[in-house]
Amino acid sequence: MDETLTKKSAFRKPKKAKKQPITWSLIKDQKQLIFMSVPLLAYIILFAYVPIWGWTMAFQDYKPALDFGDQKWVGFKHFKFLFQDDNFLRVLRNTLGMSIINLILGFVTAIILALLLNEIKKIFWKRTVQTISYLPHFLSWIIVTGIVATSLASDGIINDLLMKLHLIKEPILWLSEGKYFWGVVGASHVWKEVGWNTIIYLAAMASIDPALYEAADIDGASRYSKMRHVTLPGIKPTIVILLIMQVGHILEAGFEIQYLLGNGLVVDWAETIDIFVLKYGIAQGNYSMATAGGIFKTVVSVTMLLIANWTAKRLGEERLL
Amino acid sequence: MANQSISPGHATAAAVNRRMGRRKLEPILFNTFNTLFMIFLVIVTLYPFLNTIVVSFNAGNDTIRGGLYWWPRQFTLQNYKAVFASGTIYNAFGISVARTLLSTVLNIFLTTMLAYTLSRKEYVFRKPITLIFILTMYFNAGLIPGYFLMKDLHLINTFWVYVIPSMMSAFNMIVIRTYIGTIPESLIESARIDGAGDFKIFWRIIFPLCKPVLATIALFVAVGAWNQWFDAFLYTSSKQELSTLQYELMKLISSSMNANSNPAVSNGAGMTQQSISMVTPLSIRAAVTVVASVPILLVYPFMQKYFVVGLNVGSVKE
Repeated sequence: MDETLTKKSAFRKPKKAKKQPITWSLIKDQKQLIFMSVPLLAYIILFAYVPIWGWTMAFQDYKPALDFGDQKWVGFKHFKFLFQDDNFLRVLRNTLGMSIINLILGFVTAIILALLLNEIKKIFWKRTVQTISYLPHFLSWIIVTGIVATSLASDGIINDLLMKLHLIKEPILWLSEGKYFWGVVGASHVWKEVGWNTIIYLAAMASIDPALYEAADIDGASRYSKMRHVTLPGIKPTIVILLIMQVGHILEAGFEIQYLLGNGLVVDWAETIDIFVLKYGIAQGNYSMATAGGIFKTVVSVTMLLIANWTAKRLGEERLL
Repeated sequence: MANQSISPGHATAAAVNRRMGRRKLEPILFNTFNTLFMIFLVIVTLYPFLNTIVVSFNAGNDTIRGGLYWWPRQFTLQNYKAVFASGTIYNAFGISVARTLLSTVLNIFLTTMLAYTLSRKEYVFRKPITLIFILTMYFNAGLIPGYFLMKDLHLINTFWVYVIPSMMSAFNMIVIRTYIGTIPESLIESARIDGAGDFKIFWRIIFPLCKPVLATIALFVAVGAWNQWFDAFLYTSSKQELSTLQYELMKLISSSMNANSNPAVSNGAGMTQQSISMVTPLSIRAAVTVVASVPILLVYPFMQKYFVVGLNVGSVKE
């Protein structure tokens, strides 16, 4: 099978390669490289590209029992339905809302923590704090959700603490009221990832020229103004790149925490596009509608990414694609 | 690059500051605040997890009384005994270990092999193959088409559905390829003169030299595989013997959360029908959480120095 594949692609390619004409002797020379890579190419085509064919389902009234030729084609019916469906619009709002909260909270907290970690002079203490701060990143969302649910329960540590500090008189039902849900999700993301997200900023800070700090000292700059005028500008390119990279994930609000924490009481604020797709598709068997929702998500992500990439180029930053 | 550390670049600047001795109060205030903040951070990060460990070692009927914080009140190993006495968890643990090991080995081997071929400038198909892989980072066919593919490939309700669909990742491939680019070409050339073919060069030279970056990637892949529950939920939920540890934990957590909103159910809903209430759903859940997280928590602190390599190389893409 490998051989037929290599031969086929060898026949197709010659026109494209400009510098290096593909000859049989070259193929023969590189047959080990070909054997090492073409099966993997076939693998990725099967698992990443072939399923795209399934997108046709979104344009049909798909019925699993029928053959492809017997399916009824309906054009954009499902997409039109989605955008008139209150359910879907609500799901879209939730996805965007939680994603933007996660984005802003995630960036601000990670940058502040990185700035503060960078000011610690005792290496051992700094390493210790860092190691501990990475811990939640390695826990699964299942575990984190369990921890969040326990901590926010009516007899959990958060209510316990707030009551002892006399900030509240009665336990707050964090997980039963829609208005808290986005905040709970945002805070959970921060708890899980803030330490991990500092890694890249700290690496950028380590590469700032020490002479800049010495010059600032001679000018009598305070610690705060050094942070503001030396460290922050020093990591600005990193921030911009990471921010732009995140834009492509604007419809990725997370799935697990909403799925696991969401209950009947907060469902209006908890459901994201992924949950919508799962619910309509797998649970109710409405494959066409679920696929349409999935396509929408992919198309938006790719568009955002292209825009981000173009912006990055315009700003003179490193390109992403 | 492997030696790059994240120590502050301006230790000397602090010395200058001290020597100048001006504004003495400000640094002291700042350091105090900073240390307090870090202690707060450490507590907030560790407490929920420590408390879970405490609950897992405390007698279940005592935990219900509440007020359990830093130390078990009635120490017991009963919860862990109950967890491992139940065949379900024991079996799920085995499946999780198997899928994690297999995924990691396959991922590392295949991804590095591909990365090597795509790092060879003379390779005729280098550009098209690279492009085809890179594009996969930016789109995703989605849940439903993916599900149908697994169905058509008869992977549903088999162990292989945990391993085969995630054998490679384009992102990891690029990280490794970038790292291979830092290996001197002369090493490869001299091996070639000695008559080594590409596979031999990959296996004998490139693979061993990539250890630092492979350590990071192996950790990421292993963590991803170990923590995965969604594939068990989606593809193998009707086959109990293929359930994974995380999926079992997910079932425990969601059943206890449903029980929370309906207090009448919460008392009887133990996973092991034990007449002695030493073991409660809550304490079982805590014990499973510890079992499901400890393997990774024991490993990651030792890999810390490599994280920066992996993340930094990864941000320098095509």
